[in-house]
Amino acid sequence: MEELKLLGAWPSVYCYRVIWALKLKGVKYEYVEEDLSNKSDHLLQYNPVHKKVPVLVHHGKPVAETSVILEYIEEIWPQNPLLPNDPFEKALARFWTKFEEDKSPAFFAFFRGVGEEQEKATKEAKQLLKIIEDHGLGEKKFFGGNKIGLVDLAFGWLSAWLEVMEEVVGIKLMEANSFPRLEAWNKSFKEDPMIKENLPDRDEMLPYFKSLREKLIASATT
Amino acid sequence: MGEEVKLHGTWASPFSCRVIWALKLKGIPYEYIEEDLSNKSSQLLQHNPVHKKIPVLVHGGKATCESMIILEYVEEMWPQNPLLPTHPCERADARFWIKFAEEKQGPAMWTVYRTSGEEQEKAVKDTLEMLRAIEAHGLVDKKYFGGDKIGIVDIAFGQIAQWLGVIEDIVGVKLLEAHKFPRLHAWIKNFKEVPIIKENLPDRDEMMVLFKHFREMLLTSSRDS
Repeated sequence: MEELKLLGAWPSVYCYRVIWALKLKGVKYEYVEEDLSNKSDHLLQYNPVHKKVPVLVHHGKPVAETSVILEYIEEIWPQNPLLPNDPFEKALARFWTKFEEDKSPAFFAFFRGVGEEQEKATKEAKQLLKIIEDHGLGEKKFFGGNKIGLVDLAFGWLSAWLEVMEEVVGIKLMEANSFPRLEAWNKSFKEDPMIKENLPDRDEMLPYFKSLREKLIASATT
Repeated sequence: MGEEVKLHGTWASPFSCRVIWALKLKGIPYEYIEEDLSNKSSQLLQHNPVHKKIPVLVHGGKATCESMIILEYVEEMWPQNPLLPTHPCERADARFWIKFAEEKQGPAMWTVYRTSGEEQEKAVKDTLEMLRAIEAHGLVDKKYFGGDKIGIVDIAFGQIAQWLGVIEDIVGVKLLEAHKFPRLHAWIKNFKEVPIIKENLPDRDEMMVLFKHFREMLLTSSRDS
């Protein structure tokens, strides 16, 4: 077995993306839970620039940044490919992965906002969901086509995490009537056996995100 | 590989230049279309409906957007004079720095340009932090980020070689002091001496006029809004 470690922190969706990729490819690894309030020497040594999780350590060599880790995994373990073969389709997949990364602050603003700021953030987040549904997903079952690919992993947080965020905030963003195709995708994504077994527990996430939102609101007003 | 290659760009855009450098380094003939961003062509809007931005590479009628994604596409389609390393570990390292350029160094630098007062002071601090990280971790014992010859990371950081200097002159803040950033200073000199880069940098004086004008417009509109 190749020496492979994943440094992560529950319930980080970035860490789950790496877990999903490894599991979908049947790659064995050792998971190391990091305490982000007390980062290990290993983490600081492996990711000196950002000091963040996830970090994949393969034969002692670290790879940091989720999208970089996923491309690395794809190259080292090509079985069950998560990226299309065709260079143009690959570029499209990378476009949507970047879109998710660039636009995630808008959803974060929805999560931590209050009052007028929140209304504005909600509107913007819904506009983004429309773009994702119309241009990204289209008529496909998954963003990756007939099976899950990297873009599905990138948008994976729209499943378990968004539902919890919506409940904590008290606003439904991804209404089934407004986003029928994303709703269908959500169902298909969560039903995939590998994903189903590797989603954070909803009952554990609720108090975590509730407390997180309270902290964010408190720090914004000080 | 005989299909037509077209590039929609603007002459002063560092993102546009990235694609030009990659195409020229690989000897790929292409048709260049200068876009007027105040009056975007219907082709641009059709090829990039989500962002409506340049650069866009159109190859055999299919459009690829986002400069560094275009470069990965170009690398795959035309593997001569490779811009990415072959070993997956080194490729991961290159992609790490590309992401750093896109998400950290670039945005911080352009925020210095677009803002004033307290917001600008913060952006100056952020930019210095980013430059320090690149100096300390990115360029250790190497002539270029790509090693002995320029690669995709050099192209990603190309903004530092010319655009940063223009921003420094316009806002009147020196960010990249030679004694504090000896490696980056040496890299800028080496990078700009590469013939393809030297011949394909936008004219600095013309850039000064253009970016000075844009900054004035930006600051006026933010004051009025």
